[in-house]
Amino acid sequence: MSSYISTTPDDLREMLAAIGVGSIDELFAGIPEGVRLDGGLDLPAGLPEQDVYAHLLELARKNVSAEDEVTFLGAGMYDHYVPALIDMLMSRSEFLTPYTPYQPEISQGGLQVMFEYQTAMTELTGLPVSNASVYEGPSAVAAAGYLAKLANGKGRFVVSAGLHPHSAQTLRTLAVGYGIEVVDVPLKDGVTDPQAWAAAIDEDTSAVFFQNPNFLGAVEDAKALADAAKNSPAVVVGQYDPITLGILAPPGECGVDVAVGEGQALGNRLDFGGPSFGFFCATEAYLRRMPGRIAGETKDVDGRRGFVLTLQTREQHIRREKATSNICTSQALNALGGVVYLSWLGRQGIVELGELLLQRTHYARTTLAAVDGVSTLHDQPVVREFALDLDVDGLAGVERVVSRCCAAGYNPGYPLGRDEGGHPTGLLVALTEQRTREQVDRLAEVLAEAVAAERATATTSTEVPA
Amino acid sequence: MQRDRVVTIFEKGAPGRRAFTCPELDVPQVDPQQLLPAGLRRMAPPRLPEVSEPELVRHYVRISRRNFDLDSGFYPLGSCTMKHNPRLHERVAGLPGHARLHPLQHPSRSQGALELMYNLERALGEVAGLPHVCLQPSAGSHGELAGLLVTRAYHEDRGEVRTKVLTPDTAHGTNPATVTMAGYTVVKVGTNADGGVDLDDLRAKADGDVACLMLTNPNTLGIFDPNIEEISRIVHEVGATLYYDGANLNAVMGVSRPGDMGFDIVHYNLHKSFTQPHGGGGPGSGPIAVSDRIAPYLPTPVIRRTDSADGPVFDLVAEGLPEGAPGAKSIGRLRGFQGNYGCFVRSYSYICSLGGEGLKEASQTAVLNANYLLARLQAEGVREYLPLGFGERCMHEFVLSGAPMKKELGIKTLDLAKRLLDHGFHPPTVYFPLLVDEALMIEPTETETKETLDAFADAVVAILREAQEDPSIAQNAPYTTPVRRLDEAAAAKQPVIRQPLPA
Repeated sequence: MSSYISTTPDDLREMLAAIGVGSIDELFAGIPEGVRLDGGLDLPAGLPEQDVYAHLLELARKNVSAEDEVTFLGAGMYDHYVPALIDMLMSRSEFLTPYTPYQPEISQGGLQVMFEYQTAMTELTGLPVSNASVYEGPSAVAAAGYLAKLANGKGRFVVSAGLHPHSAQTLRTLAVGYGIEVVDVPLKDGVTDPQAWAAAIDEDTSAVFFQNPNFLGAVEDAKALADAAKNSPAVVVGQYDPITLGILAPPGECGVDVAVGEGQALGNRLDFGGPSFGFFCATEAYLRRMPGRIAGETKDVDGRRGFVLTLQTREQHIRREKATSNICTSQALNALGGVVYLSWLGRQGIVELGELLLQRTHYARTTLAAVDGVSTLHDQPVVREFALDLDVDGLAGVERVVSRCCAAGYNPGYPLGRDEGGHPTGLLVALTEQRTREQVDRLAEVLAEAVAAERATATTSTEVPA
Repeated sequence: MQRDRVVTIFEKGAPGRRAFTCPELDVPQVDPQQLLPAGLRRMAPPRLPEVSEPELVRHYVRISRRNFDLDSGFYPLGSCTMKHNPRLHERVAGLPGHARLHPLQHPSRSQGALELMYNLERALGEVAGLPHVCLQPSAGSHGELAGLLVTRAYHEDRGEVRTKVLTPDTAHGTNPATVTMAGYTVVKVGTNADGGVDLDDLRAKADGDVACLMLTNPNTLGIFDPNIEEISRIVHEVGATLYYDGANLNAVMGVSRPGDMGFDIVHYNLHKSFTQPHGGGGPGSGPIAVSDRIAPYLPTPVIRRTDSADGPVFDLVAEGLPEGAPGAKSIGRLRGFQGNYGCFVRSYSYICSLGGEGLKEASQTAVLNANYLLARLQAEGVREYLPLGFGERCMHEFVLSGAPMKKELGIKTLDLAKRLLDHGFHPPTVYFPLLVDEALMIEPTETETKETLDAFADAVVAILREAQEDPSIAQNAPYTTPVRRLDEAAAAKQPVIRQPLPA
């Protein structure tokens, strides 16, 4: 008997007698012979807790985590410091183990967290409506596409090449499902090519998608991109890095209809890619088309303030095939981390953090671009992430440089050539408040050595006839 | 639970109060306007809370006490499988080697994570009886979408255009919503008198336009469909795929496998059968498993294991996969990165703890507990008011009808549910599935003691007795909760979905 079950032999006897059967097997009599598994599962025997812990620790030690090195790796997920109080609050049973708040009278804590989260996200984005979160960033982008498709029924999505590749790929996977064509718009000088963007938008455009700062770290002129779609039916969708919204013009002030993004940077762990949360904010016009859950304020029969899940007639459990999405969840626990983090930063803190990132990122960009064999991939304004170009032989050369730096304890960033259509010799470098000037200076040394070594090897190898 | 005056975090604090200390600027300061021109800048800071750390902690700890949770109480929630969440899982998922691991690390530096995912794929595949598992989907509903998108790719690859998906009227609401989202038309299939799929209706509707039948087995009535082999035959005869909604997998782990029943695609709800904490509604995780013929269409990247002299090496691969291999003709990517890895760690830990035998025992005990509670609730004096909707026995859950209770005692299923709150229980799922009048759907899970099941049954009996005397007590319940019945209609009519803030 596993330690998670409490039936004693006496219990079993009494329970079977109460049911009126002789054995547990009789309870499975309804399963036809032909589909019964007689031999049991071919899995190892169960282990005591300490052995499971030891095994999971062994696996953890086979990974190199952000605790084991100085990392400048971002590209959508970032090594921000997570304050201790978030761990404490997220691991409280009352937040960790409850069910979806369908019984509001005993779920006021969770509902209030959703309401506060929604408030924080509407403030951050400058848009009046927020849901209680969706799975993660790229799924939020895809959900925005589905919202647009249901809203205007048009046939085409226009997508900036500055969108995170995972977002573009996720959007495309889903769009194929419901039959919408996807048109790509290239970057020019690191930002969405304004002419190509404007030319791609027409009467049949259902939605346009860009990212700010974009995948190369460049700050886009969001207002200009949104303006270009003004005279079309297109829903303007912007994917944002929430940590930059302390200093970047909020999407709501730039004409963006739906602002979405990856919430991990707000108090969530890296967790090798999830769970985190995707945020989803919109203009008032889309309130009843939002995917997922929304908490609303109301009163109880005694007139006390309370919260409920509201506008549920949009949702799959009521509207079934007429629902605005098939999402039947939020990332409630992760969104809790998000609102606690934003409250921890506070009104001034998010601006201070943004300014700090801006300054340190500028310093890092200047310092690293001064390394021999390294230059900037573009010179657009950046907030916390920037793209370099390494004078080495393609992606393989960049990977070797990265590997050399990692061996010195410094992970320099993300090789852009890994993505289809990505710059083959590009390197995307990200900063968080945990990356100090001293670490940047040391990275410059490590990178200089690695690039020099790589170029020396490449030179040698080309001199030797194959 | 506490009855505080309700104030949000935005109504706390004072201008200038703060919890965050910004690290010092250690680089030469450059004019910020030069780095980020005014036109791209935010002019006014977002009106986030201005609170100290003690104030912040106290606020959230206080509101947390206004939540019912699994660690302190019983959740007999049909179709939602609220079983014990072992704390070991939080410990192992929190190890820095798992929790602080970047998803875009070079695979050579994430070997432990990839090995764990590979092992989890193998174990889940064994439970489903299907060889190829994709961990990427983020929730059960996301797994459904993945399942229908691979179905579409499979048919299109064979040059077939199919437009319809069959869903029984007992299906979860996510099924029809997913069908529409995947670009198909929903065709409902009826339920027979025994609570299974109506075979005649299925035969009438299964034709060459059908892409898939989505089935939950045991279904949402808690009934294992005895005709599953015939259903599988009918569906496959018209070339459609058979999709297994794994919401109720907790009933049959190690007892019967969807793959052996003829299913082509299965989704798991890791947060149900494999003990993720529900977190107030998320995160979840909804991997899928598929048969050989569907495997090439799976989302990418896929995990590849290569055996070398130094042992196995794991890799994430999206391109250049050999023909017929999982992901070789992929539908693409379904979300960012590799899925909810933190959930994988917990479920893998659970499977390691239980082993094959333990998983089987979990299902057996879940079914035992459900049937025991059913027997208690069908004793004389109870079943007159709350009869079983269909059948006589159940798998891991069952659906009672509150229709006679409403007629005889004047209290609805909702009233019973709300009165249960005063007895300290989370109510069962109410008003689902739709084809049982005044439905009350109960799933006790394997982790509850006999004493808890008895106490719950006693509470239901007490509420019925009380209603015989005075139905208004239940009609106006609850009384002991942080708030009483809330005006949900008002909330939907004039939505207030954020705290109004002073300028």
